[in-house]
Amino acid sequence: MNFTLKVWRQKNAKEKGRFETYHVKDIAEDTSFLEMMDILNEQLIHEDMDPVAVNKGCHSGPVSFDHDCREGICGACSLYINGHPHGPGALVTTCQLFMRNFKDGETITVEPWRSAAFPVVKDLVVNRNAFDQILQAGGFISINPGAVPDANAIPVPKEKADKSMDAASCIGCGACVASCKNGSAMLFVAARVSSLALLPQGRPEACRRAKAMVAKMDELGFGACTNTQACEAECPKGISVSNIARLNREFLSAKFKD
Amino acid sequence: MADKLISHIPDGPLAEKWTKHKADIRVVSPNNKRKLDIIVVGTGLGGASAAASLGALGYNVKVFCISDSPRRAHSIAAQGGINAAKNYQNDNDSVYRLFYDTIKGGDYRSREANVYRLAEVSNKIIDLCVAQGIPFAREYGGLLANRSFGGVQVSRTFYARGQTGQQLLLGAYAEMNKEIARGTVKSYPRHEMLDLVIINGEAKGIITRNIETGEIERFGAHAVVLATGGYGNVYFLSTNAMNSNGSAAWQCYKKGAYFANPCFAQIHPTCIPVHGKQQCKLTLMSESLRNDGRIWVPKKKEDVAKLRNNQIKPSQIPEEDRDYYLERRYPAFGNLVPRDVASRAAKERCDAGYGVNETGLAVFLDFKTAIERLGKDVITDRYGNLFQMYQKITDSNPYEEPMMIYPAIHYTMGGLWVDYDLMTTIPGLYAIGECNFSDHGGNRLGASALMQGLADGYFILPYTIGDYLSHKIQEPKIDTNAPEFEEAEKKAKEKINKLLSIKGKKTVDELHKELGNLMWEYVGMARDEKGLKTVISKIEDLRQEFLKNVYVDGANDQFNQELEKALRLYDFFDIGELMAQDALNRKESCGGHFRTEMQTPEGETKRDDENYMYVAAWEYKGKGEDPELHKEPLKYENIKIAVRNYKD
Ligand SMILES: Cc1cc2nc3c(=O)[nH]c(=O)nc-3n(C[C@H](O)[C@H](O)[C@H](O)COP(=O)(O)OP(=O)(O)OC[C@H]3O[C@@H](n4cnc5c(N)ncnc54)[C@H](O)[C@@H]3O)c2cc1C
Ligand code: SF4
Ligand code: FES
Repeated sequence: MNFTLKVWRQKNAKEKGRFETYHVKDIAEDTSFLEMMDILNEQLIHEDMDPVAVNKGCHSGPVSFDHDCREGICGACSLYINGHPHGPGALVTTCQLFMRNFKDGETITVEPWRSAAFPVVKDLVVNRNAFDQILQAGGFISINPGAVPDANAIPVPKEKADKSMDAASCIGCGACVASCKNGSAMLFVAARVSSLALLPQGRPEACRRAKAMVAKMDELGFGACTNTQACEAECPKGISVSNIARLNREFLSAKFKD
Repeated sequence: MADKLISHIPDGPLAEKWTKHKADIRVVSPNNKRKLDIIVVGTGLGGASAAASLGALGYNVKVFCISDSPRRAHSIAAQGGINAAKNYQNDNDSVYRLFYDTIKGGDYRSREANVYRLAEVSNKIIDLCVAQGIPFAREYGGLLANRSFGGVQVSRTFYARGQTGQQLLLGAYAEMNKEIARGTVKSYPRHEMLDLVIINGEAKGIITRNIETGEIERFGAHAVVLATGGYGNVYFLSTNAMNSNGSAAWQCYKKGAYFANPCFAQIHPTCIPVHGKQQCKLTLMSESLRNDGRIWVPKKKEDVAKLRNNQIKPSQIPEEDRDYYLERRYPAFGNLVPRDVASRAAKERCDAGYGVNETGLAVFLDFKTAIERLGKDVITDRYGNLFQMYQKITDSNPYEEPMMIYPAIHYTMGGLWVDYDLMTTIPGLYAIGECNFSDHGGNRLGASALMQGLADGYFILPYTIGDYLSHKIQEPKIDTNAPEFEEAEKKAKEKINKLLSIKGKKTVDELHKELGNLMWEYVGMARDEKGLKTVISKIEDLRQEFLKNVYVDGANDQFNQELEKALRLYDFFDIGELMAQDALNRKESCGGHFRTEMQTPEGETKRDDENYMYVAAWEYKGKGEDPELHKEPLKYENIKIAVRNYKD
């Protein structure tokens, strides 16, 4: 398969970016999207080696993009492909997207996450440190390793454990923020708050946690949630917006207690 | 200098060693802890749990990782589960049995005392993780569920769907976040350690490169903990994350830390087969699938030919024409034999011409029987996300047709040599998790790496490091202007400039693929003397080519992934070479290390306990010099050593 790629190039956070157009040829259907990007990069490096290459001058070396596990679990990959975070298709991360999902000869646009809270580092790489900061504000259970009961001391109904696991599958990729016209991080925050609030171990701090994390989110410049549900549609892990309702309940009861 | 290799195993009966040792070692008072700095490199299960626990104790911790967030460490990808000797299933499990299985699974090449301690603390890990809010799988009664992994006959593996590593890591990361909020831990994401700094023979700090800006920085501390994972990516294609590498450990080796058993690498039997030249990463299908999946190839070559030409579907081959070769060869353990055994058996069938895909390098993993027995819903509940992942990658539906799998490099049992306290041969430098060699001998059992990483980080290192630091309470903050820091920084910068200035004709990945092919061919599933000698000289040639002909795009003062890769590849040549040397030295077959000269008539591994029952610890002797081999003899006082038997 052959493709035309319109890729966002940006040297660093300060400089203005632009689109560059590249062509890749003879890509096998079984190739993953990131493998296709690897092939493009090998091509660009070889062009860099050759001082008289035709393309010389119109690009700046290989395209930077975040990736690590390539198994859809680490949350590093973060490409905005043809207007969708993680590209077309539901429930998939960029690294698990395969070229068989595109048409031969198609033009594909590749951009970074765009959100005020995620500044561009280079090309398609953004800084998602804000997510860490939100979790540092309260996304944990305050315990001490020395003083915990036997693991089976607190039975948890299977249904609750399963629901908690559903919410806990969030990979922290930020697609929810990138898909939201307000740049809200509600789905991400709600996923963590819910996964802990659903378990008896997480109850003692549930209200405090919700309040602290929402406050941090606001402080870091994420937008407000207006319930457009774009996040749920684009989330690669199928995190449900019902978690946002649960977060709101925890948040309100925290306010109520104040 | 053999005297550096003192394991410091406490005296006394096996079951009392750890308790006694804890009573004997010194502790640091809370007000002194505050004055002591500790560097933790890595935020996988080992590093994150260590940083969280050390922070909770009140030490000043700085924690470093390559990714943009600590949560993305390679541990996140672990799927199957974590072992513990809880005996919740009432199937006669015990600390002793977990200890015994681990030693046997490791083919009698690990230390009794370390492994026993690991089994002993395993139960506390599960208690702690549940308290952290990890949503482990549960039964309808609300209690924790278990499953089985290879090499054992009990059900002791705890799991959170097929995302156990993710959940355990998020737990450790959350505890670390709690400490960051409290101010005891400071996190430095996108900071790659380039060198270790030693002052007066003791580890006192590190040199890092800021991945976003290229800035080279210095950090000092009273002790350094390395938790940087394994070196499986020396093979280029592996199940490890793309950024996993062996460089940090390797720098420590070059500064005097011994490197143990480098040739012990694990090849995982159930990975998705290689599909083409453009691939850069292999995907694991969790071992847990072997609980319900049955592995087979056709009995008849004509069926093989039809499969390869897509003339028939696997499901059309009748039962009587299928060779369930693991069940045939190993009736007692069947599909749940340890990984090295399952991998070699797959290779044996494929070498004999029964491989089921067009490359001839694949076997089937079939759920037909399980779906008939348990129903599709139960299978979905157990493995849903793995089935989904398989289908996404291969475009084939595992509920209808069997999965195709083939062995791939997965884990490295070798690593920095450590004593019972997890300290390397450099005082003040500790190594935990996959980057040390400690607990798995020649082969690691499934679900034991997560157990080891968390045991080291939550329950062992926080105790043992106190003993060393109790002698440092008078020591002031480390001065990073010391000449040793100066020198290390200068060297790091020179190395970077050198790589950037070569401007040759081959990309980093092209050279890495060549190295990977060499390693897989000669230091992979089957090794022999001739091949190992050949590969050592081939690696040297390739290294020379790398130094003359690599092209590293870009500059240092920017986000530069090519430079990152080149720095890691630089060390992979050395690591590959030491692996081959170690494999050449070990003239026995043992665990994942299979010397074709040493096998039984049935093709099973043949150990040589008389001559090789030792840990091979290699000491760096300088550039161009042969490393020196030190031997730590292994003693088995509580276990009867035997031929590993999974047949009956
Ligand atoms: C696909 C897969 C599935 C697995 N499933 C299981 C399972 O089910 N059960 C099980 O027990 N085990 C499993 N394993 C093995 C297990 O996941 C690993 O052995 C374990 O997670 C290693 O943890 P670690 O903390 O030692 O290192 P890692 O998780 O590899 O973390 C290494 C850390 O070090 C950092 N780092 C590395 N170099 C540097 C440097 N120079 N400077 C700064 N930081 C650096 C990295 O950024 C990272 O944070 C699996 C492995 C794979 C590949
Ligand atoms: S909620 Fe979904 S989209 Fe948002 S960070 Fe988590 S996994 Fe990504
Ligand atoms: S690279 Fe890890 S989720 Fe895509």
